[in-house]
Amino acid sequence: MKQNPISFQLKLNPEDFLPASEEEKESLVIMRESVSFWKDGFRRLVKNKVAMVSVAVILIVMVFSFIVPSFYPYSYKEQIKGANNLKPMQYSEKELEAIEAGEKVFPHIFGTDKLGRDYAIRVMMGSRISLLVGLIATVIILVIGSAYGSIAAFFGGWVDLVMMRIVDIIYTIPDILLIVLLSFALKAPLAALTSLPGFGWIRTVGENLISIFIVFALLYWVGMARMVRSQVLMLKESEYVTAARALGVGNGKIIKKHLLTNCIGTLIVTTTLQIPSSIFTESFLSFLGLGVAVPLPSLGSLASEAINGLNTYPYLLFIPAALISLIILSFNLLGDGLRDAFDPKLKN
Amino acid sequence: MLKYIVKRIGLAVVTIWAVATITFFLMNMVPGGPFLSEKAISPQAQAALEAKYGLDKPLFQQYITYLTDALHGDFGDSLKQRGRTVMSIIQTKFPVSARVGGISVLVALCIGIPLGCIAAIRRGKFIDSFISVVATCGIAVPSFVICTVLMYFFGVKLRILPTLGLTSWKHYIMPVIALAFYPTAYIMRLTRSSMLDVLGQDYMRTAKAKGLSQVVSIFKHALRNAILPVITYVGPMLAYTLSGSFVVEKIFTIPGLGGEFIGSITSRDYTVIMGTTIFLATLIVVMNVIVDIIYKIVDPRIKLK
Repeated sequence: MKQNPISFQLKLNPEDFLPASEEEKESLVIMRESVSFWKDGFRRLVKNKVAMVSVAVILIVMVFSFIVPSFYPYSYKEQIKGANNLKPMQYSEKELEAIEAGEKVFPHIFGTDKLGRDYAIRVMMGSRISLLVGLIATVIILVIGSAYGSIAAFFGGWVDLVMMRIVDIIYTIPDILLIVLLSFALKAPLAALTSLPGFGWIRTVGENLISIFIVFALLYWVGMARMVRSQVLMLKESEYVTAARALGVGNGKIIKKHLLTNCIGTLIVTTTLQIPSSIFTESFLSFLGLGVAVPLPSLGSLASEAINGLNTYPYLLFIPAALISLIILSFNLLGDGLRDAFDPKLKN
Repeated sequence: MLKYIVKRIGLAVVTIWAVATITFFLMNMVPGGPFLSEKAISPQAQAALEAKYGLDKPLFQQYITYLTDALHGDFGDSLKQRGRTVMSIIQTKFPVSARVGGISVLVALCIGIPLGCIAAIRRGKFIDSFISVVATCGIAVPSFVICTVLMYFFGVKLRILPTLGLTSWKHYIMPVIALAFYPTAYIMRLTRSSMLDVLGQDYMRTAKAKGLSQVVSIFKHALRNAILPVITYVGPMLAYTLSGSFVVEKIFTIPGLGGEFIGSITSRDYTVIMGTTIFLATLIVVMNVIVDIIYKIVDPRIKLK
């Protein structure tokens, strides 16, 4: 049909309305799959060399402190007779005889301490304790802090006012003083508690360790609570919260499902950076003799015991000292890496 | 402004009261009481002692008496060091701690701020990476590690510095380094990041455009603004110096308040524990209030809540 050049009729081409061919469909497929929050953050994290090295260091330390001790030939409280104060890789006379008789004796890689305990296994157990304290304390802080902060922010008004004033007061209380004081004061009540049935496990863990956890639960969550509160204050104005509320979702579920999941980036970063500071505090207390109970070693108490023999056996001090610095450094760097990856806004 | 100051001081008073209350009841929670660890004494002597220290009265009355006495600066007598009041112990020990702590804070500021600035100005250069690495490692090392390592190298191996006591200027070197280490590293990081922030501001470009030399623009415009976050750190730094001093004073046997506190805990000297806790807490809280108020005065941009 001949077209009129000045007609206002739509110039429709019947071919345009044919079903698309497979080829055409293919060209419209999005080649790059959509990137989720986790994938995106993870990709950025993997690219960060410093963070990956820290992860490797932390994993190695964890393997040595949680897996290796279970098949290590020595135990952390076993006192080997005649093997007091051995230098690294040195054998006691008895062990030398055994070697000459054709037996295999596992070397004391870091030597032994003055009671004849293998130092390598003590260091491993010590870092296990330090890591455990750091992780458990951080979980406690995470739970209390995020619950407290999100409740304060979500309900707002006078609830927020009262709750945040309490945080302010706890925040200004000098923590170290109270930690020392609490671990001193809680010792006796906890010891009394161990004699009750069902609480015997406290003795194995050590009263001091429990009081450290109580102290963390009482004092250290305030930073986390402040962080979560400021995030939730922002998030609770979002449309999806209004939508959830309009659909009749309860307050608790909104906080759990919508608000806390959406500040997960901040939570991860703050949690990771909390771990080294918990380890720091534990080693500090153990060093002062207010930490773990006696046969159990911690990196802090190992260093503290080594001071008296500093002149002759300096390696007894340097090994735990270097290890604790390494652990704290790795967690710090990993936390920085996680912050860059998951929560770039926090970077200053 | 006045409202802010009043509110801040009110909060501080509540905090100090909270610390005093917690300390008092915690110490009373410890079973056995202060005289039980002594040698066996007759019930009459025990009762006489309790009457002398007012321990036979109801707990709440003891609490009120303790608080009113503490308000007058009277923390009672030491239970283990005969004939000395807690206040006189604090008066003799605190100046020592304050001197070591004060020097450390000054050292931390004098080293941390310039190095942080240099790192920011030479961003991406070798010196920046070097300072950043040192600062990152610095905040990862606990104070007891620094103390002991210093002691080993300078005191035991090289024998150039004395390790115990505090009698000559040489005695100050190691404790001050140990105490200043962490704050220095932290201040370096803080100054670097805030300096970088300031250097990117418009007014820095304006200063450059109007022909100011780099030195003048940095000292006149950048440094003044970059130093503000450091002021907020002074409060926490004080608390850190204090907690560090527990360890440092114990290791170097410095006759200061931190060592006294730890000593009183091991010897169960209840009145000294309570007195030093309240004294140190008050000190930190008051310093924090002063720092906060100064910060608000120095930086008018901060909104007064």
